Amino acid sequence: MAVVEAKDLKRTYRTSTGILRRRSVDVEAVRGVSFEIGEGELFGLLGPNGAGKTTTIKMLITLLIPTAGSATVLGYDVVKDAREVRRRIGYVFGGDKGLYERLSALDNLRYFAELYAVPPAEAKRRIEELLDLVGLAGREKEKVEGYSRGMRQRLHIARGLLHDPPVVFLDEPTIGVDPVGARELRATIAGLTHAGKTVLLTTHYMFEADDLCDRMAVITRGEIVAEGTPAALKAIVSDRTVIEIETFGVDEITVEALRHVSGVASVSIEERDQAQVLHVQSPAGTELTQTLLGVLDGTRVGRVAVREPTLEDAYVALVGVDQ
Amino acid sequence: MTANARLLLMGWKFHFKMLARSSFNGWLGVIYPLFFATVAFFMFRAGSKDSLLYASLGASVMGVWSATSTSAGAALQRERWHGTLELLVAAPAPFSLVLLPVTLAMATVGLYSMAATLLWGRVLFGIDLHIDHWLLFCLSVPATVIAIGMFGFLLAVAFVRYRTAWALGNLLEYPVWLICGFLVPLSFFPAWVRPISWVLAPTWGMQAIRESATGGTPVPDLLVCLGLGLLYTAIGVLVVDWFLRAARARAALSLT
Repeated sequence: MAVVEAKDLKRTYRTSTGILRRRSVDVEAVRGVSFEIGEGELFGLLGPNGAGKTTTIKMLITLLIPTAGSATVLGYDVVKDAREVRRRIGYVFGGDKGLYERLSALDNLRYFAELYAVPPAEAKRRIEELLDLVGLAGREKEKVEGYSRGMRQRLHIARGLLHDPPVVFLDEPTIGVDPVGARELRATIAGLTHAGKTVLLTTHYMFEADDLCDRMAVITRGEIVAEGTPAALKAIVSDRTVIEIETFGVDEITVEALRHVSGVASVSIEERDQAQVLHVQSPAGTELTQTLLGVLDGTRVGRVAVREPTLEDAYVALVGVDQ
Repeated sequence: MTANARLLLMGWKFHFKMLARSSFNGWLGVIYPLFFATVAFFMFRAGSKDSLLYASLGASVMGVWSATSTSAGAALQRERWHGTLELLVAAPAPFSLVLLPVTLAMATVGLYSMAATLLWGRVLFGIDLHIDHWLLFCLSVPATVIAIGMFGFLLAVAFVRYRTAWALGNLLEYPVWLICGFLVPLSFFPAWVRPISWVLAPTWGMQAIRESATGGTPVPDLLVCLGLGLLYTAIGVLVVDWFLRAARARAALSLT
């Protein structure tokens, strides 16, 4: 039996525009998402900002009622059996919010242990274990307002695991965390499945998904466009090659011209300090380097390299965004 | 202790600790009672010693009311800003047991305001606190504080659903000072105001406190005050799940 099951989930938000003449507008954030997560699996939901990842996760953790479709967690319906679902899940989101800053980490953890009805003696033991797990032992009596982003994020994870839930939802848990802190967090997340937990992770960091996930789904504009193992998703672009061109001050018109070069499948731009690195995908065996450099005539060009496609290239091909 | 009682107690301790840690609240805690005591003194200095005590007690309950009515909305607004409201809703604990300690903690801060107002009145203006029935006075004060906290709970429940309900709390602050008889007797107001006063627990709490101070019979007032407080709580508990469901359907929980 699937631990988490989403069937044709849809969610529409109603918003309004105008001041004097107010007009309601329906925005379809999630348009029929379906997937299943097996026991002990780490499932990734990948997508750009605004793709519907957080809306999907909020429906699964009972904070939002779906407009249509259904979902269950451990067999409990997320609308009808919300309290049963809440007892069995942990929820961790990224960012600075979600903590009582004027109080210590210990105060925060004790309070949430009460909210999850963890018996006092067990709560004491769990808090000690979790502080060790997330590397905050010895700092637990300090006020959270003095914590770094990474420390807050680790505290979030400890909070989400207080009641030892079998299912954990992680919504972009490493966002804004420095590389070393993010690596430590990823190690902690990997440890969750070793402890037998089922995990749903949303992220838009491809290397993170590649590193952690057993299976993943790519969501864009509220719909799942691909689902499978990281290797299976990479295979989508295995017949392609990627040319990386480092440029300085390339303009949008030139990038658009590159997109229209015959044989170019997609062009994405990655900002790296002063440089813009263009990732140009084309069918394997096509030699386009000289043609592309010709289009870039007049633009300052640095390093040029040809490489094998990665999961990120598969993602770019799937979501069709230029980033 | 049952799990629910423990949750109420721990929640109250947690939120009281948080409120006590705010230096801004600390300054307000000094300035507001001073203001209330001054208002009471200047309004009644031309009257008798008894009228000064009447005003001083009224001014002290103003602090409890203000701390709860305006803060209940502010507290929920803070939970929204800090992103903790969603976490509280996502927890399996009954939401009313999560919310009630928040407003009770605020009313407790108001209790400090009450004591400080009486103290300022004594120190600055020489208003004697003469209490005839100390035992009943000591029962009336916490009963009033708890009933006001329960009214704050009802406001907070509305705020879960309606983001702008904090304005209702602010709107109620000054009218309640008047129509609950904190500063002037209810007999000064037109007859149509009185039914409104009667459904507000602070009216009865105020009367119980004054009756116990002046040697009257505070018990009936005390019972009505507590009864109304329980009624507010019952209404809040009944509607909170309905409001929460509406907030989840309208995606209003994460809005600030």
